[in-house]
Amino acid sequence: MRHYLPNTEEDLHRMLEAIGVQSIEDLFASIPEELRLTESLKLPPPLSEPELVDYMRRVAKKNGPLSTYTSFLGGGAYHHYIPAIVPSLLSRSEFMTCYTPYQPELSQGTLQSIFEYQTLICQLTGMEVSNASLYEGATALAEGVLMSNRINRRPRVLISEAVHPEYRMVLHTYCKNIGIELTTIPFDQSGSTDMGECNNLLDDHTSALVVQYPNFFGGIEPLKELTSIAHSAGSLLLVVVAEPISLGLLKPPGELGADIVTGEGQSFGNPLNYGGPYLGFIATRSTYQRNLPGRLAGQTKDHQGRGGFVLTLATREQHIRRGKATSNICTNEALCALAATIYLCALGKKGLREVAYQNIQKAAYAKELLSGLKGCRCKFEGPTFNEFVLQLDTPPEEVNRALLKERIIGGLPLKRWYPQLSDCLLMCVTEMVPKGEIDRLSAKLEELL
Amino acid sequence: MNQGRSSLVRDEKLIFELSKPGRQGYSLPKLDLSPQPLEKLLPPSYIRDDIAGFPEVSEVEVVRHFTRLSTWNYGIDTGLYPLGSCTMKYNPKVNEQVSTLEEFAISHPYQPEELSQGNLKVMKTLEEFLAEITGMDRVSLQVVAGAHGELVGLMLIRAYHDFRGEKKTKVLIPDSAHGTNPASAYFAGYQVEEIPSNSEGRIDLDHLRQVVNQEVAALMLTNPNTLGLFEEEILQIAEIIHHSGGLIYCDGANMNALMGIAKPGDMGIDVLHLNLHKTFSTPHGGGGPGGGAVAVNRALEPFLPVPLVEKGDRGYYLNYDRPNSIGKVRSFYGNFAVMVKALAYILTMGGEGLRLVSEAAVVNANYIRKKLAGIYHLPYDLPNMHEVVFSDKIQAAKGVQTIDIAKRLMDYGFHPPTIYFPLIVHGALMIEPTETESIEELDAFIEAMKSIAIEAEENPELVRSAPHLTKVSRLDEVTAARKPVLRWQP
Repeated sequence: MRHYLPNTEEDLHRMLEAIGVQSIEDLFASIPEELRLTESLKLPPPLSEPELVDYMRRVAKKNGPLSTYTSFLGGGAYHHYIPAIVPSLLSRSEFMTCYTPYQPELSQGTLQSIFEYQTLICQLTGMEVSNASLYEGATALAEGVLMSNRINRRPRVLISEAVHPEYRMVLHTYCKNIGIELTTIPFDQSGSTDMGECNNLLDDHTSALVVQYPNFFGGIEPLKELTSIAHSAGSLLLVVVAEPISLGLLKPPGELGADIVTGEGQSFGNPLNYGGPYLGFIATRSTYQRNLPGRLAGQTKDHQGRGGFVLTLATREQHIRRGKATSNICTNEALCALAATIYLCALGKKGLREVAYQNIQKAAYAKELLSGLKGCRCKFEGPTFNEFVLQLDTPPEEVNRALLKERIIGGLPLKRWYPQLSDCLLMCVTEMVPKGEIDRLSAKLEELL
Repeated sequence: MNQGRSSLVRDEKLIFELSKPGRQGYSLPKLDLSPQPLEKLLPPSYIRDDIAGFPEVSEVEVVRHFTRLSTWNYGIDTGLYPLGSCTMKYNPKVNEQVSTLEEFAISHPYQPEELSQGNLKVMKTLEEFLAEITGMDRVSLQVVAGAHGELVGLMLIRAYHDFRGEKKTKVLIPDSAHGTNPASAYFAGYQVEEIPSNSEGRIDLDHLRQVVNQEVAALMLTNPNTLGLFEEEILQIAEIIHHSGGLIYCDGANMNALMGIAKPGDMGIDVLHLNLHKTFSTPHGGGGPGGGAVAVNRALEPFLPVPLVEKGDRGYYLNYDRPNSIGKVRSFYGNFAVMVKALAYILTMGGEGLRLVSEAAVVNANYIRKKLAGIYHLPYDLPNMHEVVFSDKIQAAKGVQTIDIAKRLMDYGFHPPTIYFPLIVHGALMIEPTETESIEELDAFIEAMKSIAIEAEENPELVRSAPHLTKVSRLDEVTAARKPVLRWQP
C-alpha cells in the first residue's frame, strides 16, 4: 500500500510542522470525538501486487473456463471482436487518467475525439446532433423520454413491449416520480409493435412513441409507418437501438423519420464485462439540440485563430442551471465512447458493413437450421438482424441446462419478462460464432428435443 | 521557478479528413458459410446503401491519429491534477490489468449464475467492504456515477416516505452543494429549497430549525462540504431533520477525507453515495466511466434497486425477489469492470492503508493552505480536510482573476484546480491535491502559485493572456455556444 503513498514519515512530519500542528489527529479536530474511529476498519490485511494479481486470478477463475464455451446470448449485450488497437490506444494514460475536459487547453485530445464520436453517431443514426455519451442504453432511453417531454410538454409516452424489458423497467423508475405516464403497446403476431394499437392510443397528450430497431426480438420494426402514425398525432418518434452494429446495414432511423434516437454503444469496441461499463448514446435533430442532456463538444477557434474544441451549450447543464438543468448527468462514459470511436474508425465504412453482413448471414443460417428441427420453430415471422426468437416444445431452461454440459450457453429464456413467451429463447449469433458451432448447437438440439 | 517547456506537438486533422477510398483499418475472417441475398433477409427499402461520410483509414493512421490526440491531453500520470471535489488520485496500473482478466471481460450479463460466481463474489465482497468503510448496512452497486447515485438515493428516500404513507415534497440543499444535487432532486420529483451557509461555511443550525417542517423529505449535504470543512454539528443536524420525519442524504464525493477516520453511518446519515472513480482510485477516463455505490441504513434497504447479490447454499446469486424495490435504475448490474478496480484498490490498501490515505490527503491539503495563505485570499481561514478553497480577491485588485490564474498554471505544467466553485465563494479556486502527491510535487505547485501571484502584481497581462505554452490558447466559447458546430460535415 505504501507504493501509492509517496510521502514518508519524515515528509509528513515536516509538513505537519509547516502546518503548525503537533499531530495528524489535530487536523481532524473538527470531527466530534464521539464520531472518531478508535479501531481500524475491519478489512483484510493489505495485499502486495503479486498477491493481489493472484487473488484476482483465482476469483476470476471461479466463473469457470468461459472462453471454452460458445454463447448464443445477446439481449442488449453483444460479443463482437475488438481489434487490438482499441485497448492499446485506450490505455494511453493521457486519455485514461484525465477528468472531464473542463480546461480545453489541456484537453484537446479528449475534445476532438468527442467531436469525432458525435459525428460518427450522427452518420450512423442519420441524425443531426449527438451528445458526448450517456451511461448506457436504458438510462439513455430514460433521458430521451425526459427530453421528449421537455420538447412538447405532453405527459404521456407510449412504449412498445418489444423494447428491451430492462430498458422499460429503468424508464418506469425514472418516470414514476415526475408525472410522465407510460403506456405499453403490445407486440403482434409477427413480434413487431402492434400498429393498430399505436393508432388507437396515440393522441395529443402523447409526447412520444418509443420503439426499438431492431427490436428486442431481433425484428426490424417498420419505422416509416410508425413515424407517420406518431407524427399524425403530433408526437415524436423515439427509436432505441440496442445493437448498433445493425446500422452498418440498416437504413438509419433518422432517414425513416425518427426525432430522437437513443441506444447502447457497447457493441462498438467495448467488452461484455458482465454488463458494464457500456455507453449510452442520444442523437436528435438540430431543432432540439438545446434540449439534449449531457455534454456536447463544439468546434471553435482560439485567440490566435487556431482551430480547437470546447464543451459547449453548457447552460443546459447542472453545473450552471442546477435544478433547472436538462439532466442531472455529470460523469458520462467518455472512455467507452472513445473505444467506440476508435472501433468505428478502424472498421470504417466497409468494415462496419462487413461485420453487420456477417452477423445477419450467420443469424439467418442459424435461424433456418434451428427452426427446421423437430420440436423447434421460429416464434415470429419477418426479417431479423442477429437475433431471433426460437419456440421449443421442451422447457427452454431444461434445454439450456443440457446444452451447458456441452459447453454451449444457449439463448436467453424470455419467460422472466414475457409469460406468454415462456417456451421461447432469444437466440443471438454474432460474427464470433463459427459455422461449426452453429452446426454443433443444431446437432445437440436435435438430440435434446 | 521553472515553467513547463513547449515540445513538438503535431497538428492533426479530423479522422474524416484523413479518409481515402480503398483504405482499411480492420481484418476479419471470410464468412464461413454461403450467404443469402440481402434482399431475401431484409425489406429492400430498409437496406442502407452507404454510411455517408464514414472514414476509410488504415490501421497505422488510426493509431497515429489517436496517439497524437492523446498528447494534447493532461492526465494524472502527467502530473498534479488538483481539481477540488474530483479526487484526482493516481490510478494504479495493476487494477487495470486485473479488471481485464478474460473471465471477467468476456462475461455476458445473462450468463448462468454458475458461470458467474467470480463476478458475483467481486460484487458481494466490494459491497461488504464499502458497508464497513461507510458504516452503512447495505450497498447497491448498480449506479454508475455520482449524480446517478444522488438520483437513486433520492428515489429511495421517496420510496421510504411513500411506503409509510407520508407525503413530503421538499429537499433542503446547502448553497455550497454540487450542481448535480439540485438537478438530481428535481428529477426525483422534489422541490429544492436552498439553505444558506453560515459565516464559517457550514450549515446554519438556527436557519435549519426554521425551515424544517413536515414537507421536508430530506436534507442533502456533503460532508466534508465543498469548502473542505467537516460539518461539526452533523449529529445535531441529523437530529433536527430526523425529528421532523426527514432523512439525511450525504453526497459522498468527499469520502477521501474520512476513510478509517469516521463513518457516515455513525453520523445519522440515512443514504450515501460513493464515487468509485474518486475515492477508490478508478480512472476518470476523460469523463467516465465512473462507478457509483448507494449505501443505505436498514430502514431503506427494502427499497434498493434489483437485483442485489446474495449468498445462498449453492453460492452467490442475483436476488430479484424484493417486492418493495424501486426497480431497476440501469440495465444489468452496474459498471462491473470499475467494481473490480475498486475492489483491487481496497484489497491493496487494507483498513490501515485507507486511514493513511485519508490522513495524507488531509495533510497535503492543509500544507497547501498554509503555504499559500496570505498570497491568495482564504475566504474561510479554518483548518480544512482534504481540500482547500482560495479566492482571487488579492489578485483581482490588479485585474487578474481566477480564470487567469488557472490558465497560467498550465504554463507551469500543472492542471488548474476547480474554479468558480463552490458558488458561495466569489472567484473560488478549489484545490484538492489527494494523498498521491509527494511533498516535492506540492512544493513545485506552491512555487508556481507564488510565482503567478508575483506575475499578477508585476506583469498582469502575462497572466491575463495565459496560457502561452499549450497547443491552443484560450478558446472562443461564446461563438462556440452562439453558433454551435457539433459535428463534422463534408
